[in-house]
Amino acid sequence: MKPPLFDYVTPESVEDAVAARAAEEDSVLLAGGQSLIPTLNFRIANPAMLIDISRIDALKNIDVGDTEITIGAMVRQRQAEKDDAIHRANPLLREVLLNVAHAVVRNRGTIAGSIAHADAAAELPAMLLATGGAVEVRSPSGARTIAAGDLFVFHLTTNLADDEMITAVRIPTLAPNTGWSFKEFARRHGDYALAGICALVTLDDAGNCSAARLSACGIASTAVRLDAAEAELSGGALDDAAIARSAKAARDAVTSADEGQASTAYRRHLVDTLTRRTLTEACARAQQRRAS
Amino acid sequence: MTRRVRQTLAKQSNDPTREVSLTVNGEAVTRRVSTRLLLSDFLRHELGLTGTHVGCEHGVCGCCTVSLDGAAARSCLTFAVQAEGATIRTIEGVAGSDDVLHPVQQAFHECHALQCGFCTPGFIMSVVTFFEENENPDLSEDAIREALSGNLCRCTGYQNIVQAVRRAHELMTTDEGA
Amino acid sequence: MSTAMFGERVQRLADAKLVRGEGSFIDDIPLEGALHVAFVRSPFARAHILSIDCEAAREMDGVAAVYTCDDLGRLDILMPLLIPHPSLTEPRTQRPLARDDVFHVGQTVVMVVAIDRYTAEDATRLIDVDYEPLDVELDLPAAVQDDAPRVHPDVANNVAAHFVQRSGDPDGAFARADHITKIKVQVDRSTAAPLECRAVAARYDSVTGELMVWDGTQAPIAVRGGLASILGLDEDKVRVVAPDVGGGFGQKVFLFYPDELLVPYAAMQLGRPVKYIEDRNENFIGSAQERTQIHELELAATKDGEVLGLRDVFLHDTGAFIPYGIAIAQVASTSIAGPYRVPHIEVEFKAVFTPTVPITPYRGCGRPQACFAIERAMDKLADELGLDRFEVRRRNLIRDEDFPYRREGLLFADGLPVEYDSGQYGRALDMIAEAIDLDGFAAEQEAARAEGRYLGLGLGFYVEGTGLGPYEGSHIRIHPITGKVYVNTGLSCQGQGHETVFAQIAADQLGVDPSDVIVVEGDTGAFDWGVATFASRAAVVSGNAVHKAALQVREQVLEAASNMLEAAKEDLVLDGGKAFVSGVPDMAVTLAEIATASNPLRYAFNEAAKTSTQFAPASRHDGPALAEGAAPGLEATDYYSPPHAAWAYGVHAAIIEVDPGLCSLQFKRYICVHDCGRMINPTIVEGQIMGGIAQGIGGAHYERIEYDKEGNPRNANFMDFLMPYATEVPKAEILHLETPSPLNPLGVKGVGEAGCIPVGQVVASGVQDALRPLGIAPLEHVPLTPNMIFAALGGESED
Repeated sequence: MKPPLFDYVTPESVEDAVAARAAEEDSVLLAGGQSLIPTLNFRIANPAMLIDISRIDALKNIDVGDTEITIGAMVRQRQAEKDDAIHRANPLLREVLLNVAHAVVRNRGTIAGSIAHADAAAELPAMLLATGGAVEVRSPSGARTIAAGDLFVFHLTTNLADDEMITAVRIPTLAPNTGWSFKEFARRHGDYALAGICALVTLDDAGNCSAARLSACGIASTAVRLDAAEAELSGGALDDAAIARSAKAARDAVTSADEGQASTAYRRHLVDTLTRRTLTEACARAQQRRAS
Repeated sequence: MTRRVRQTLAKQSNDPTREVSLTVNGEAVTRRVSTRLLLSDFLRHELGLTGTHVGCEHGVCGCCTVSLDGAAARSCLTFAVQAEGATIRTIEGVAGSDDVLHPVQQAFHECHALQCGFCTPGFIMSVVTFFEENENPDLSEDAIREALSGNLCRCTGYQNIVQAVRRAHELMTTDEGA
Repeated sequence: MSTAMFGERVQRLADAKLVRGEGSFIDDIPLEGALHVAFVRSPFARAHILSIDCEAAREMDGVAAVYTCDDLGRLDILMPLLIPHPSLTEPRTQRPLARDDVFHVGQTVVMVVAIDRYTAEDATRLIDVDYEPLDVELDLPAAVQDDAPRVHPDVANNVAAHFVQRSGDPDGAFARADHITKIKVQVDRSTAAPLECRAVAARYDSVTGELMVWDGTQAPIAVRGGLASILGLDEDKVRVVAPDVGGGFGQKVFLFYPDELLVPYAAMQLGRPVKYIEDRNENFIGSAQERTQIHELELAATKDGEVLGLRDVFLHDTGAFIPYGIAIAQVASTSIAGPYRVPHIEVEFKAVFTPTVPITPYRGCGRPQACFAIERAMDKLADELGLDRFEVRRRNLIRDEDFPYRREGLLFADGLPVEYDSGQYGRALDMIAEAIDLDGFAAEQEAARAEGRYLGLGLGFYVEGTGLGPYEGSHIRIHPITGKVYVNTGLSCQGQGHETVFAQIAADQLGVDPSDVIVVEGDTGAFDWGVATFASRAAVVSGNAVHKAALQVREQVLEAASNMLEAAKEDLVLDGGKAFVSGVPDMAVTLAEIATASNPLRYAFNEAAKTSTQFAPASRHDGPALAEGAAPGLEATDYYSPPHAAWAYGVHAAIIEVDPGLCSLQFKRYICVHDCGRMINPTIVEGQIMGGIAQGIGGAHYERIEYDKEGNPRNANFMDFLMPYATEVPKAEILHLETPSPLNPLGVKGVGEAGCIPVGQVVASGVQDALRPLGIAPLEHVPLTPNMIFAALGGESED
């Protein structure tokens, strides 16, 4: 399973990378390669040119601010996973990353790469949706920011224009009195999830839910926000009944067809279970945060 | 049977190449290679280091695991040209310069943690880098199995490999180890 | 016979180079100037080939040659039917390169030979094959209907073989039964997936006329014979070597894969070495698979649960061709009554063609399917009669006094009667019951249920016919310079530790350390009488051959030493590589000296050798140096041919927790009791069992080869075909029981496949037991996935 022939360039600046991309339509960006290279080895992908962005130092920074974490496009997943400043600012990221593939893959894979790849079963796009994050992109005509909610169009498809490249991923820091949780069910450790749920729950002074953000991966053609599930929680007490209602509402977000490993009905069952469990955990953590 | 004239075969004219310089097992290496040459093939066939094995070429089995800039990496999911300037360690670079087995290698042998030996270099590289990254590793059954997850073995059923990880730690942290 | 090395946990002798990455797997072997092979393979399950255009590929830079069926000369043949059988009325075998038709996705159509594999793959994409796809039927019950699309146009109902076997009087048993249990079970297709894919390399020396082939095969001698025959070469001009091989599990015992013929052929044609290193995708679509069977089984029992009779009718999927004959189905059918007396049996099967990768044995070879069927049936019987499943088994297990227990009318895969030679089945069941602590578990299960947790106990008893003939041989020589013992057999090794266990056997007779025994096998140049490594037979058949040859050499050593030491043979001891009179270790002769002395020499090559020369003090001057009938040196060859299979057995139990919220399962405990007769090396035995259990768990819960309705493989890669990692396989406690086999001098039985046989049953019964309170439907289909557990719980249930 050897890859096909391709031209290979190693730009040393974002400008050069973006220019190379614009100049060759049949090109792909190579960051960590953990998603891309298997497709080349299988010869499912056959680009004329690979643009290796790993030499661009400007893409290797991590910045942890008061409200936002900014992760450059070439930051490896493992580096972000181990970064204590990121973890303090938003513990959800490490929890999600520990579910992404295996450590050996995270040593090379990048946060931005996984988000750009936009596999419907991937965990990081769901995390970006739940946190309300965004990506910074650059093109020959300039820069813009795309909010997570606008980014994912279909399985393996984002709404990046052909000449755009992600330069950084932005993730809000964890709000006060907020609990987090990520749980997925995969057949084997490290596999893509049959379903994964990301939950962020904020409590008000009365201990009721003032905000809930839920997202899922593996259940539709992209990672999705669980709007109906969120609606069941807002304003009220986060008791078992509310959690159960929310979990039940989350079922309807499953749109994937019956597959060998998972029928639609079974996926709905998984979503229900995982939503309950993530909400329970997020709620407990929120209460801990409130208490401290 | 017709004897054919021995053929000289040209490479494809549109096969882009690039010079790559890296360090492998402490030795500086420079080669001109096809840009599509996988690191696994570079190590095995360009450098003759055939200890790194190829089991799937899509990043699941772990047979091709090497240490790249100090961290475990799947060499089948890396192009040789991506390793420009990198420091790579393969299974051939694990034993001591006096050819004494590394405690991980010794432990695999003592614990019968290999049968056919095909996945073994990949496992050893994974375990070696695991210990290098974790000064005080969690050696519970679950934690070890999680650390080993990402490497497939079809022969052993993993049980003795788990044992070998514990034994390796013992060798590395007690007087038994070299 | 009490021995020093036999039974010891001797550390393996093969490891030093393997842990250093210095193994010689085929792709590691440097072959100067080698060309590389890639194939164009059929993208259709069933199609006519209308045309093949290779012109662009032939002209591509870096391509040495392109072959279709028209370029193969004498190789354009149907490959041999390996195991004929009277019931196999419609045998069909494959061609090296397809002619006119393709019969499964992945079948080889064109071979490209190029400067490297990258280029070869590029060239395959320039080859244009025009196909006319045909209708297919993948579903077994549908495939045997009259109107089903035929895989082979002249094979009605896609039935390759139809075989019925009877033992006793099953009709009578069913007529007088109090109770009949009926069950239908299914086991789905899997694949061995060794970590090293298959590989073949060849080099032809046109000066000597010798063909050298490296093949990751479990059967080098058989491959050699086939190559010589098909290529029209003298056998002694063909040498086949299986070097280090990264796992086999049965997949590599098949001959011939197209590449095994085509690569040597290309090497001869092109005058350069040629190698084919199969990639993982190819392994999934081109290398043999196994397991699909659907059994409809009935038990005729008394009201006390004693099973009088059994009827089984099953469909066996044989894939597109049936070169390996009915072996797997035959093993399944003769193992169908498992460890139970069941005096009356009727077992019938149809081997059915489907347009899929052909089926040959994969570890277990039909036993996992048979075990699943009978064990699910026994559980169902117990349930229907309101009896405990341990008790039902106890009432039916073959008793110690019943051995040898013959099933008259059933012939095993070796063509010999099914006769269980020995065992303590009842004791094994007692051992597992005690180990699992049944009462303790019952309390634990109840307590868990009160907490809303679901624990279940899985139980599966298996039998394993091992040690098939026809024979194996061994050659042993003690070398005069080093004194080391060289052992050859006709087997090859894929990680089972032959080099260690055979060394132990030889070491015991010759008084050396196993590390001074060098086992060389897998090389027709070293030894070429034998069969292959498969069916859990190495320890039994080659082990006993090594033992017999070692006994002969021992006798020669003692004879020669008694002359040299002027002592009676009975007073001599062989130990530490020397011979000496018992109690007088300081007056010893080394094996090297004995070997040197037993070879009359003209020319001394070292100090010790001087004593063997014609004028040395000990030399005789009164007749021929070598007596009539005598041979120089210390050397012997001997063979072992088993009277019939030796039946190993065992029982596994597991405590499984099921999370109904996810329908996932977790092993809390896994225990295995097994009996493979006397164990040569318990560590290696445990390694084999543990590896088997891991594959068993794969087959029970994770691994299913999937084809869509058109016959396209859906999961021909490691991402989608789920082999378990360390996180998916539990720790297993292995308890040994050793009931020596009376069938062979060493008292051994095979154990290579034991671990995987009962695991499907253990998982299904454990999950069923766990979810009984939730009203789960019976689980009679493996691999049992969470999706299937969900469906068995009712599917759409609201939590």
